[in-house]
Amino acid sequence: MTELFLLFLSSIFVHNILLSRFLGCCPFMGVSSKLKTAQGMGAAVVFVIVLASCMTWLTYNFLLVPLHLEYLYTMSFILVIAALVQFVELALKKLNPVLYKSLGIFLPLITTNCAVLGVAVLNMNENYGLVAALVNAFGSSLGFLLAISLMAGIRERIESNEGIPECLKGLPMALITAGLMSIAFMGFNGIIK
Amino acid sequence: MNIMDVMINPLILMGVMGGVFGVLLAIASIVFRVQQDERIGLIRAALPGANCGGCGFPGCDGYASGVVNDGVAVNKCSVGGEVVAKKIAAIMGVDAGESVPMRAFLKCKGTHEASPRNLIYDGINDCRSAAMIPGGSPNACPFGCIGLGTCVSVCKFGALSMGSDGLPKVDVDKCVACGACVANCPKGIFTLVPKAADVIVACNSHWKGPLVRKVCSAGCIGCGICAKICPVQAIEIQNDLAVIDQGKCIKCGKCAAKCPAKCIKTGESGQAPELEQTA
Repeated sequence: MTELFLLFLSSIFVHNILLSRFLGCCPFMGVSSKLKTAQGMGAAVVFVIVLASCMTWLTYNFLLVPLHLEYLYTMSFILVIAALVQFVELALKKLNPVLYKSLGIFLPLITTNCAVLGVAVLNMNENYGLVAALVNAFGSSLGFLLAISLMAGIRERIESNEGIPECLKGLPMALITAGLMSIAFMGFNGIIK
Repeated sequence: MNIMDVMINPLILMGVMGGVFGVLLAIASIVFRVQQDERIGLIRAALPGANCGGCGFPGCDGYASGVVNDGVAVNKCSVGGEVVAKKIAAIMGVDAGESVPMRAFLKCKGTHEASPRNLIYDGINDCRSAAMIPGGSPNACPFGCIGLGTCVSVCKFGALSMGSDGLPKVDVDKCVACGACVANCPKGIFTLVPKAADVIVACNSHWKGPLVRKVCSAGCIGCGICAKICPVQAIEIQNDLAVIDQGKCIKCGKCAAKCPAKCIKTGESGQAPELEQTA
């Protein structure tokens, strides 16, 4: 139990998927200019990563391992994730239009997000059991939500700051901010042994 | 394990997985089908399909669903104008409302002759880039047209062309008032005016008279003669720049005739006879 809790904490802070594993950086830059859209994206990522990790874990352990085709994991994971996201989108549209609307455009965008595939592959590499894999997935995606929300909050404040030189406005400043945030998150290193 | 197993197992696995997912998705798309409001399709068909974004939506599809789902006004399409507004109104069963046909207007007369260039700009051939140099413009007048033709390149309707005098020309018949030039001009020189408007101040400078004189011979010096002479008090000097209230203007043309800088443009709409220029 303690181990799972530590895994959960470390996947949020120490091994933050955005700021220390550097996965899923595209939405980190692309959809972090407004806090609200960033949170929408983050929520969608939590949703998809947990579901996808569950499915890919089952695929790997009950399909690829028995058939000795472990080396096909990249292809089959992508296939599973893409189909899963499409399916979830169709189902949500019908069954829960409110949730569908709030996740909106982000759901199909995440299909090809490397963070999703990354967590699935990490789970496989670390030989996690199903519960540990799910905890890791939930923690990692919460870390994504945390990082992208922080980033969006900072960027909103940067936008309204007049003092920034013209040549640094927008993306350059965002990149510098991301670098500083990443350094700050390095401070979590070593709190969990 | 022989070579066939190595080849065939993965093929079967991926094939079966792909096939199963395909079938599942096909079934899901039937089971979870959502009825779309058929009016969205009808409105989309009625729209011109220019996808210019003049209505404030990402494109014609966005506007169509905006009208049906969010109750957006039916007369937002400036490309289609009144005709399309009436069609959409008929589909939605509402009143089209008034929509005044608009067009883009260039608030600058700073030709190569009238307004000298301060320096030779040799950077990226785009006004938005040229506007970033110190001073805000390669021209002597920081309010005026830079003349690199960014507006011409963003106009999707071919309504703008670069004149030999260094200023873009608006083709009033082709202009649909989508607002692309207004949004992309770094100097904000373009404005949308009613197509019927015929007496408009063609200057954007908020500098005081003597300064304007130094940089441009056709700039508004804020002298206020036009405001005094106007029989219907339609002109006001705001921030050293004359502004004509198009709602009050009776198109008499007296202001244009008396303007010492000749910065009031007349007769551009093509709907009024050429005004007499009695200077």
